[in-house]
Amino acid sequence: MSKNYFKILRAGINSTFQDDGRNNLYHIGIPFSGAMDNRNFLLVNKLVGNKLKNPVIEFAYQGPLLKYSGEKINIAITGDVNFTIKRNNNLLNGICYQAYTLEHGDELDIISTNKSVYGYLAVGGEFDIKYQWSSCSVNTKANIGANDGKKLETNQRVNILKINKDLGIKKLDYLNTKIENIRVIKGTNFDYFSENGKKTFFEKEFFVSKLSDRMGMRLEGPKIENIVNTNIKSEGLIKGVIQVPADGNPIIMLSDHGTIGGYPKIGVVISADYDKLVQLTPGSKIKFEEIELSNAETLFKLYDLETQNLISQIR
Amino acid sequence: MIKNISNLGDAALYCDFGKEVNKEINSKVIRYFKSIQKENIDGINNLTPSYNKLIVSFNLRKINFQMVKRKIENLNIINDDKFETNKIQIPVCCDENFSLDIKRLEEILKINRDKIYEKFFGKEFFCYMTGFIAGMPFLGDLENELHAKRLETPRVKVPKGSVGLTEQFANIYTFESPGGWNIIGNTPLNIFDSSKEKKPNLINPGDTIIFERITENQYQNYNE
Repeated sequence: MSKNYFKILRAGINSTFQDDGRNNLYHIGIPFSGAMDNRNFLLVNKLVGNKLKNPVIEFAYQGPLLKYSGEKINIAITGDVNFTIKRNNNLLNGICYQAYTLEHGDELDIISTNKSVYGYLAVGGEFDIKYQWSSCSVNTKANIGANDGKKLETNQRVNILKINKDLGIKKLDYLNTKIENIRVIKGTNFDYFSENGKKTFFEKEFFVSKLSDRMGMRLEGPKIENIVNTNIKSEGLIKGVIQVPADGNPIIMLSDHGTIGGYPKIGVVISADYDKLVQLTPGSKIKFEEIELSNAETLFKLYDLETQNLISQIR
Repeated sequence: MIKNISNLGDAALYCDFGKEVNKEINSKVIRYFKSIQKENIDGINNLTPSYNKLIVSFNLRKINFQMVKRKIENLNIINDDKFETNKIQIPVCCDENFSLDIKRLEEILKINRDKIYEKFFGKEFFCYMTGFIAGMPFLGDLENELHAKRLETPRVKVPKGSVGLTEQFANIYTFESPGGWNIIGNTPLNIFDSSKEKKPNLINPGDTIIFERITENQYQNYNE
């Protein structure tokens, strides 16, 4: 048994181990998975001096309450998150994008995300967890990944194998911004929809439904009219694909999506907007904006440069 | 052989092999899939073959649509006989606890259950693709008399091992999952085993499958 560990006093709503996901398994039905918000995943690792793709704990809405036992260790939290650190009888309000050093007996309470869905907790070191297909990412549907492919549970113990020696405090001046406009490339079944349906899709507002999770984001709003067929022969999906089933309400495929689907694809969210999309909470407004492939590629380069730039600012 | 290549979003390529669903077209899809897999192209991170489409997803940090398209167009396609396929027998028990939708099928198809089983067991099926959930095989083709639509309201939980029918296809639920296929029986075989990282799937695209009926007693005592 490891002498450095967290005891989970409250698991939170959807707390799982994630890294940058697993590749080359779509053809057998296993999705990419990985941290939903890739930028915040990379930043949290950098803040505690880890390799950028180290496994972290991802939480949604309410995070875990953890009691730490062991040698001093650095932690950091990214996203838009309220959290406190309790040492003896002192309560400290935490700030995101800044490392903290935890001592034996400290309690880290990740209270909630603030008008966003996902947040990330990294420890300066390595969790003692299992890898499957070179990734620890938990896919609760197929029970694949760390922690037997399950969410964290109250009263369980999370062991830490290795602690980084450098306990210097790194920070970053960064504020998550929100977007309403999600940029989309036309999908392969765009012509299944009526002129009215296409207009509805690009001109009207949609709202994120409560029935959204790591697999998909359901939207509510005006119905999108299909004039060809509400089913297609089942074919592959990727994250960001927007399918419209017979009821006319779009569903956006997210990181744990089923690998095959039979609904027409009206569009695909561009890669540069994915991190911001997944952070939209139920009830949030979305407007889709059409964009050409070449522009989407340029926007991704900019997004990636900005991410690299933020990473290099952390010292 | 690919009728059309287009982009699916900014990080995937959509190869269209036609509209029909048949073994010939699907064999071409599988050939392309295996050929691309063999090339091990840096930046390509996923391939999803289906009945008549192949989706190639890639890492936009390393490669882009035009580059991947050029690679796919100039690919050496390996011959059918170069890839390995298997013939697999799948034992299925149709005891009442397992054949959840047999009554519904009798009504829709207007033939009795013995006739349904007679048309299902002992016939050769072809595996078109695997996916949706991990390891789920899509098998065809069922005779016309067995074509039924999926349930209007899908089940929230279809038990692991359930064998289902929809239209011209049969499938097997590799673990408990929501689903809308007409369930006619259950197999004690483990179709997907995530502890075997090299070969988690018992059934792969291109394989031949024959369902074999077993009794409840054989099901209970089944040893893999």
